[in-house]
Amino acid sequence: MEHKPVIQLQDIYKRFYIGTPNELQVLNGIDLNVEEGEFVAIVGQSGSGKSTLMNIIGALDRPTEGSYHLDHVDMIAARDGELSKIRNRKIGFVFQTYNLISRTNAIKNVEMPMLYAGVSGRKRVERAKELLTMVGMEDRMHHLPEELSGGQKQRVAIARAMANDPAIILADEPTGALDSATGRKVMDLFHRLHKEQGKTIVLITHSPELAEETERLITIKDGNITGERSGKGRQ
Amino acid sequence: MIIYENIRLALFSLKANKMRALLTMLGIIIGISSVIAIMTVGNSMTASVSDSMESMGANNITVGLQQKADEEESTEEGLQFGGPGRMKSAEDEDGFTYEMLENYCETYADSIQAISASENMGSGQILEGSLYANVSATGTSLGYFLANSVDILSGRFFQEREFDDGAMVALISDLAVDNMFEGDDEAAVGSQIQVNIGDKYYNFTVVGVYEYDQSSMGFSSSSAQDTTTAMYIPLKTAKELNHTENYLQFTVVTATGVDPEEFTETTENFFAAYYRNNRDFEPSAFSMSSMVEEMTSMLSTITLAISVIAGIALLVGGIGVMNIMLVSITERTREIGTRKALGAPNSSIRLQFIVESIVICLIGGIIGIILGVALGIGFAGFLGTSAKPSIDSIILSLTFSMAIGVFFGYYPANKAAKMDPIEALRYE
Repeated sequence: MEHKPVIQLQDIYKRFYIGTPNELQVLNGIDLNVEEGEFVAIVGQSGSGKSTLMNIIGALDRPTEGSYHLDHVDMIAARDGELSKIRNRKIGFVFQTYNLISRTNAIKNVEMPMLYAGVSGRKRVERAKELLTMVGMEDRMHHLPEELSGGQKQRVAIARAMANDPAIILADEPTGALDSATGRKVMDLFHRLHKEQGKTIVLITHSPELAEETERLITIKDGNITGERSGKGRQ
Repeated sequence: MIIYENIRLALFSLKANKMRALLTMLGIIIGISSVIAIMTVGNSMTASVSDSMESMGANNITVGLQQKADEEESTEEGLQFGGPGRMKSAEDEDGFTYEMLENYCETYADSIQAISASENMGSGQILEGSLYANVSATGTSLGYFLANSVDILSGRFFQEREFDDGAMVALISDLAVDNMFEGDDEAAVGSQIQVNIGDKYYNFTVVGVYEYDQSSMGFSSSSAQDTTTAMYIPLKTAKELNHTENYLQFTVVTATGVDPEEFTETTENFFAAYYRNNRDFEPSAFSMSSMVEEMTSMLSTITLAISVIAGIALLVGGIGVMNIMLVSITERTREIGTRKALGAPNSSIRLQFIVESIVICLIGGIIGIILGVALGIGFAGFLGTSAKPSIDSIILSLTFSMAIGVFFGYYPANKAAKMDPIEALRYE
């Protein structure tokens, strides 16, 4: 079977404070391809540039130089409005701090990306219920985020990331705020999504153990990819 | 669809901060309610003025006497202490004579339908054993009943002969009949009554009963037993009993097709000729319609003044809304970042916050309208007029509060829409 790259990054540079004495080069020509259905971990110390890389992959930021294609769409040429649309349809974000909307319940949170995609009310509710059932939150659909535990919140957030059936799931330290047992459950959920639904998942983490569970481990240091190898599997 | 979701969201966030929302709305509430209240009061006052204009006749011109301007006096008599405020009351000899009126009627026969003069004899009581009714005896000319609408319930008006002879006949109100004849109008007509005015007793024959119009008497706190109603007697009768000959005041009912404004001036000029030599007094004439005009212009001045205050309140209220929206946006920076990361376009974020601002203003506006109508009804009730909330001003207020929401919500909403999602997500 021929591999189709979902993420194609070529020669990506990112500089901040351009033209000032404080000019800072964070990414120094990153080349990275992620194939469809891959489970990849990007590992690095804080300050290594992995967050900046994630922002670029997640279409929240643009590189200073280089080319980026996501699902064959040229992301450099896309205008801001188009980037919003791409974030909405092709990328599912999972954040370390969950970032659920605190005033609305779980099901409304899951519905939110579909609202921006223009999905009709009944279909939204149907899909949101289906997703919450998949992550095992069917009993707590009408609870507010504050009534949920950290692990439950992250499961709702994963359901939300899946709402518009994105091309990739971009998870930024998804277990960083959780204890190891609940973190384990969240990781299991990612594995399930990867295996059962063939989702492409990019996991950003500083935990070497979690990174080992993935198929491919990419290490970043000082804005360069310094290592790339297969994961050793779960320990 | 997205609008509906936004309204729902806005209501959610207002519910989460009820106190804050209420305080924010306060300016809008005060502004809108004062506009609505003044509109309601103004409306009902205009209505009651035109009502009384109808009952008193818009074509009526009232002619009376007023003191001449003071400077004339001081040039004639030199500087006087206590000069400007000094008031003289017109005596019978200053009044309009019967000849003057007759002359006037002849000169303008085509323009005059009737002349209504009256002579007040003061308050008194109809007495019969332990029964009593408070009345104020008023001598009236034939024209009086043309100038003032008086409905006869039973019996009849005075006859011309009675006017000419100065007969001791009277028209009493149904309220007086309630007190004296247990409400039996038939029994009242034709009966003799004894009336005590001042320290004198007079006997009158009741020829008719008229319907007492409470609204024309304005706000009254007395009970039905103690209410003073008018007892009409022929003018000549009153003149003879009062020992007066002239008229201090009378009302002209103009013929149809005569412009009352114009005829008011003609009338004043006509009588002014007689008073050129009177040191203290000159005639003054005014028409009901000019009074109404004066009233309306006074009312619109008040309305304008309150509208300016309301406008300031609304401006301050709008700034308050803007302020609270800016606070709310800062508080929800992470939410905005999350929404953007999940694909909300800038326009959706902008819409969300504009809708929220509109909802705040609209709720404030609705509370203001309810409060304003209640205030207006209360105030109109106090003035003794019936309240008429103006639908136009309610619709205008709703539109205006929405406009405030858009105007003062746009800047904060735009600020939210333009946030950098990375910065917003990192915000603590």
